[in-house]
Amino acid sequence: MSSAPIIEARELHTYYDASHILHGVDFSVRAGEAVGLMGRNGMGKTTLIRTLVGHVPPRRGELKINGQVMTHAAPHLIARQGIAYVPEGRGVFPNLTVKENLLMAACPRPDQQCEWNFERVLEIFPRLAERLAHGGQQLSGGEQQMLAIGRALMTNPILLILDEATEGLAPLVAREIWQIIKSVRDSGIAAIIVDKNFAALSALTDRNVILVKGRVVFEGSGEELKAKPELLHQHLGI
Amino acid sequence: MFYLIQLLNAVQYGLLLFLLASGLTLIFGIMGVINLAHGSFYMVGAYLAYWLAKLTGSLWLAIPIGIVIAFAIGLLLETAIFSRLYKRDHLYQVLLTFGLILIFEELRSILFGDEVHGVAIPALLDYSIPLTDTLSYPVYRLFVTAVCLGVAGLLYFVIHKTRIGMMIRAGTSNREMAASLGVNIPLLFALVFAVGMALAAFAGTIAAPISSVFPGMGNQILIICFVVVVIGGIGSINGAMIASLAIGCADTIGKVIAAEYSAIAVYLVMALILLWRPQGIANKA
Ligand SMILES: Nc1ncnc2c1ncn2[C@@H]1O[C@H](COP(=O)(O)OP(=O)(O)O)[C@@H](O)[C@H]1O
Ligand SMILES: [Mg+2]
Repeated sequence: MSSAPIIEARELHTYYDASHILHGVDFSVRAGEAVGLMGRNGMGKTTLIRTLVGHVPPRRGELKINGQVMTHAAPHLIARQGIAYVPEGRGVFPNLTVKENLLMAACPRPDQQCEWNFERVLEIFPRLAERLAHGGQQLSGGEQQMLAIGRALMTNPILLILDEATEGLAPLVAREIWQIIKSVRDSGIAAIIVDKNFAALSALTDRNVILVKGRVVFEGSGEELKAKPELLHQHLGI
Repeated sequence: MFYLIQLLNAVQYGLLLFLLASGLTLIFGIMGVINLAHGSFYMVGAYLAYWLAKLTGSLWLAIPIGIVIAFAIGLLLETAIFSRLYKRDHLYQVLLTFGLILIFEELRSILFGDEVHGVAIPALLDYSIPLTDTLSYPVYRLFVTAVCLGVAGLLYFVIHKTRIGMMIRAGTSNREMAASLGVNIPLLFALVFAVGMALAAFAGTIAAPISSVFPGMGNQILIICFVVVVIGGIGSINGAMIASLAIGCADTIGKVIAAEYSAIAVYLVMALILLWRPQGIANKA
């Protein structure tokens, strides 16, 4: 993997008011690469993601996206760089219909021809096609997750960020979501994936990062990680 | 016939309230800003109508010019002042926008004095339709009703049928998520704010020939607008429409039954609706 970096973050220090959450995190994702972000609850995974997408700018450190410094850029400018975000809790707009949730996100990057459009998203999410006129709040958890992923794809991203996409889903539905993530990966889109399911996650990722209290304590492939069961046990409870 | 006239008046007043309340509820709902100066824009609109009609000799010219000026002032205020308030506590917003009310009133006093001014109804519409031997209905009021309905329809169309409308609704429910899907939230806020101000001023311009133009007119209507926003459900345009008409009717009926107590009718309706739907008409639960 020597392709160009999409995200290059150096020495990120992020705070919520006075609480210091990220303590000098270095983090990068290259084009087409899938990175697993791991760690127990409250270790700063979501905060790192929110820093990368511009929701909580770091107080110190630097964030480069596609080679440009965007440390304090507004979230919509980061999104327009091709970074799509599926947040914890999915962030489906309850007051918009399924169709509107998808259409409002359509391809904000005018420089790009839109490979992912409404029809193509419905092809991979046939369940959404049946629910187009439903309000966002009328969907089941799994359907909401599909909508959130479909909506992210509508922006034609080069990087898809998934925060706990399978959380709270029945095993069968979760498997369906993993299938979808895999097919998205196969289309060449890079990914940052946060998930509790280590086996499913490490099967998809090229590289994994473990966060402990806002610090990176491990970085390496799934194989390397499996070779260190004490790390898995200590930091992931496996 | 008497009741028909009252009904027409109620609807006309209600729709005028809607023009004001729709902007107020959008600004409150999407940006979380309590804008006490909203009523001032109603006054600004009315005084612009008075001034521009005198200057150009025609209310037909005064209305579009007034809207453009109000939109520009709105845009300026949003970028210079309001955009700094979004992250602040409501107390700051109340203090600052109250300060704006005082500034607008003072400017009005300096520029136009403290007398009551009338604005002539354009000749084209300055007649009444006779209903019975003794009762008739002024055409200008029908015109106001029709225009308000047109604007309400346009607003409904933009918010429910266009992409920018989807973005506004998305931004109302989850600002961060909308931004992460590429929506330029600061720009969207500035536009919504300026449109809200333009609507308030527009209401002031077309109401000027009916209500005349007088000091403090903005504050009087502001309170009623907040009533509409609260019972309609904060952020809901559809709720604001129903609430505006309800308040229009309550006010009119109140005036017919007991003129000196008509204000009570408005608050009675508010209390009843809030007992039924504490979050406003648009929000169940
Ligand atoms: N909005 C917030 N305000 C203050 N503290 C927060 C906020 N969100 C998260 N935190 C704190 O930041 C730490 C990291 O949280 P988070 O990034 O959500 O962890 P993870 O996603 O790894 O579970 C936790 O201690 C959490 O309590
Ligand atoms: Mg989290």
